[in-house]
Amino acid sequence: MKYTEDHEWVRKDGDLFVVGITEYAAEELGDVVFVDMPEEGEEFAQGDDVAVIESVKAASELISPMSGTIAEINEELDENPALVNEDPIDKGWFFKIEASDPDEYENLLSEKEYQELIS
Amino acid sequence: MTLKRTPLYEFHKQLGAKLVPFAGYEMPVQYPLGTIKEHIHTRTKVGVFDVSHMGQVAIYPKGKEALNGIIKKLEGLLPIDLENIRLGRQKYALITNEKAGIIDDIMITKKEKFIYLIVNAANKREDINYLQAQLGSKAELVEIEDRALLAIQGPEAAEITCRILPELKDMRFLDVMEVDSEFGELWVSRSGYTGEDGFEISLPSASAEAFAEQLQLSNGTEFIGLAARDSLRLEAGLCLHGNDIDESTTVIEAGLWWSVSKTRRPGNIKEGGFPGYGILVSQLNEGVQQMLVGLKPQGRVPIRSGNRIYNSAIDGEEVGRVTSGGFGPTVNGPIAMGYLSADEVGKNTVFYCEGRRARLPINIHLRRFVGTSFNK
Repeated sequence: MKYTEDHEWVRKDGDLFVVGITEYAAEELGDVVFVDMPEEGEEFAQGDDVAVIESVKAASELISPMSGTIAEINEELDENPALVNEDPIDKGWFFKIEASDPDEYENLLSEKEYQELIS
Repeated sequence: MTLKRTPLYEFHKQLGAKLVPFAGYEMPVQYPLGTIKEHIHTRTKVGVFDVSHMGQVAIYPKGKEALNGIIKKLEGLLPIDLENIRLGRQKYALITNEKAGIIDDIMITKKEKFIYLIVNAANKREDINYLQAQLGSKAELVEIEDRALLAIQGPEAAEITCRILPELKDMRFLDVMEVDSEFGELWVSRSGYTGEDGFEISLPSASAEAFAEQLQLSNGTEFIGLAARDSLRLEAGLCLHGNDIDESTTVIEAGLWWSVSKTRRPGNIKEGGFPGYGILVSQLNEGVQQMLVGLKPQGRVPIRSGNRIYNSAIDGEEVGRVTSGGFGPTVNGPIAMGYLSADEVGKNTVFYCEGRRARLPINIHLRRFVGTSFNK
């Protein structure tokens, strides 16, 4: 698993990349009440705003960690946005990207680098 | 500036609270339970809030001045009939300015030897300075810094509190009582700011932790942070000074005319005589430019304080702004309040709030989104 400075995680899943937010980010946001998701098939470049996370505190942008096309979104978050807080690195995933430049993955932060960032 | 701590700072840390700066204090914004569950727990059982950051203020008469003289002078500053408030009762009052704006909203009680105020944390200094300047040398305002303040709120608040303090059982909404207890002298009021029944208890700082611990050990209680306190008061349609009301919003625009005592209104024996009265009377007769209303987004995206409101989905005119907005856990959806142009309120019921992508349709709603359950 890789990480971004914006507190997202990215995991390989076959040809796709799954994206979510870290436990640290979920903790900082407070209870998530709604996620405004992108549409399947939408294209984003690395660094684009791709989703909005509404928590009890505020709205935060989710920044696309990689370039590509949205292949699948986690529809369960629509019914149960609390999954982002309860299980951010598994059931609380946001979407899967079909990467246009899979090499971007290698340049993301490693576990060790991310832990240093938040410590 | 170093942040102040309440007497319960260590207690909150032990409970695992997340502490954040608020009005110059390090305050618990949430506990491990989390904001939404804390909110729902307060609505269904009982929540305990540390509100020791709020200002507790005593106004003493000085020299030869009698307390009644201070009461008379205060009536020249507050639109209430303080003279006729009984000992043992508390009242919500606004400190108005010459423009009929609101310097602060406070709770006021007459005690035997002094007038006791509870004021908003962020306005403490300003209120004290203003009132001292207005009351002059015959009064002395003192911030009471050796007392903590706890609020116990929710449908089970009375049961839980009276198990520890049985003498509170006959209190009704806005009654106040002094109680000698194992925790020292308590100043209790049956009140709160969540829309639920409950008590606010002022007690010596030295015994705050012992009292908090006893509450925490009672079955069914949870400590509740500032974030849930905010969503609770917003659902109940209660204004937050600094957001929904301030020195530029008048008593009538804010829909708080109910808090002006009947005897201080036009045609009554103690009519007027407080700052801004003339403006309020003309607004009563001629109407207002803007009014504070409840706002319910049609979708699930919350709208936030500061967002602009328009009368059309695209283009149109800006007709208002959100002053408080967020998620209402009891309502299970976004809720808000804000000011709308009074003309527009008559014409439309659907408005559009600026959003991240497109404007979001919102409906005018009663300011109160949930029922209240005061022990009246």
